[in-house]
Amino acid sequence: MIEQLFPNVDWDKMWEATLETLYMTAVATLFTFLIGLVLGILLFLTGPRGIYQNRISNLITAAFVNIFRSIPFIILIILLIPLTKFLLGSIRGPNAALPALIIGSAPFYGRMVQIALAEIDKGVIEAARSMGATTWTIIRKVLLPESMPALISGITVTAIALVGYTAMAGIIGAGGLGNLAYLDGFQRSRTDVTIVATILILIIVFVIQWVGDLLVKRTDKR
Amino acid sequence: MIKLEQITKQFRLSNRTLTAVDAVDLEIREGEIFGIIGYSGAGKSTLIRMLNGLEKPTGGRVTVNGMEMSSISGADLRKARQKVSMIFQHFNLLWSRTVAENIAFPLEIAGVNKAEREPRVRELIRLVGLEGREDAYPSELSGGQKQRVGIARALANEPDVLLCDEATSALDPETTDSILDLLTDINKRLNLTIVLITHEMHVIRKICHRVAVMEAGRVVEMGDVLQVFRSPQQPITKRFVSQVTESPDVKQAISQLVRENPDGTLIRLGFVGERTGEPVLARLIRTFDIDVNILQANVSQTHGGTFGSIILNLVGDEPAVAEAVEFLHSEGVETEVIERD
Repeated sequence: MIEQLFPNVDWDKMWEATLETLYMTAVATLFTFLIGLVLGILLFLTGPRGIYQNRISNLITAAFVNIFRSIPFIILIILLIPLTKFLLGSIRGPNAALPALIIGSAPFYGRMVQIALAEIDKGVIEAARSMGATTWTIIRKVLLPESMPALISGITVTAIALVGYTAMAGIIGAGGLGNLAYLDGFQRSRTDVTIVATILILIIVFVIQWVGDLLVKRTDKR
Repeated sequence: MIKLEQITKQFRLSNRTLTAVDAVDLEIREGEIFGIIGYSGAGKSTLIRMLNGLEKPTGGRVTVNGMEMSSISGADLRKARQKVSMIFQHFNLLWSRTVAENIAFPLEIAGVNKAEREPRVRELIRLVGLEGREDAYPSELSGGQKQRVGIARALANEPDVLLCDEATSALDPETTDSILDLLTDINKRLNLTIVLITHEMHVIRKICHRVAVMEAGRVVEMGDVLQVFRSPQQPITKRFVSQVTESPDVKQAISQLVRENPDGTLIRLGFVGERTGEPVLARLIRTFDIDVNILQANVSQTHGGTFGSIILNLVGDEPAVAEAVEFLHSEGVETEVIERD
């Protein structure tokens, strides 16, 4: 039955491509989360009426975030080829896509973090200061827990965007489902391969969204 | 205990300088409940934030328990803040933590280990009467319960001073009274100095020993609560006192009566302490050939004693009315003639 519907699908190859997509998405999401948190916290603390209000570092961070947020991803990949070569010694394979994936999405997530932190009730931060909390304690015990649902829904959206980016990363030979759909499916006119790859990507996206929604629900005690 | 010397705070706005607090001198004694009353924008909120260094004065000196809050910073200031805690109008609890975890928060900040935190939190929960709600989240609590958590949290590090920033303004009258009772109770039990700011004279009347009235960044009147209630000097103070002694209905009734009785003299009498029991009115009616119409009478309980007020309309010959007012004066009753508009 399945053989008849998808005659051209090489299931071993499909499985391998799925794992590559999952690997790229997972590692890129992890680093995007960490770097985005740092950027977002920096933007928030140095921003207007922040705890460490500082125009210059706020401007520099904001400029960095805005520049990398506005470069189209496909161009970013090409621009970053020299950096990737320097970091990994190769521009092939799933690892080669990671620098572009992370640099492309961390600034985007950083902005989301900043927005999430700005939503926190200022009174709660004031209360923590009135108790003698250090800035580090405020970050760890007030800012992050109080904005957790927004941080999680933000990283969910970003992870789903990353799944799409990994497909594009196929053009530099990074592998993954997008690459397979393009080379095996589109270029060799095997529509069934494209369809299966698309279904798998959809499943990945749905699972990410489901897990994200579940975690938001768990953490939101408001 | 707390000393403010020539405290000034200016904010630089884009086109002008705003003086929020203007050369305020205050001294607050250990163990007293001190109220600061004023309308919004009077500078009381900025003033109370200079007591724990959340705001730095642009001039003058703030000393709390021997610590100069206006000049210390960094670790010294953070350490000092653990002994000058604060509760807020909107409670400012962390919604991500349970009641018990919220109360444990200042202990975590102070570096108290987990084994010592737990019994302390239990004790505080009992003190504010929240047994059984330990594991509830703030979103599951009523306003009054949230403020109880706020109070427990503020007491966690055994402070010397408790600052209350409009702590009852978001609560209904009944809950307000229960929170005020709790504050009075901990003031007595822990000999805690309490400084509160409010725009409700009811709060001042119910729990404060002394009061300062603020207007446009300045303290315009200060004294024992009973004294201020008996003879308010400034127009703004009179307005605040009338919040408690005159209900809006009465004001309406008075203006109605003024319209219905174009003649006569309206006077307000104030009685304090034992005088509230004396039959001055009966003697007034017997002695003078005038009609006495009682428009309103009430008795208020303040922290320092009883305070009563009566509004009368005296109708009769002008000399007789003047003599009657003179008589009340001589009896030691605070008398004020209400002007007709």
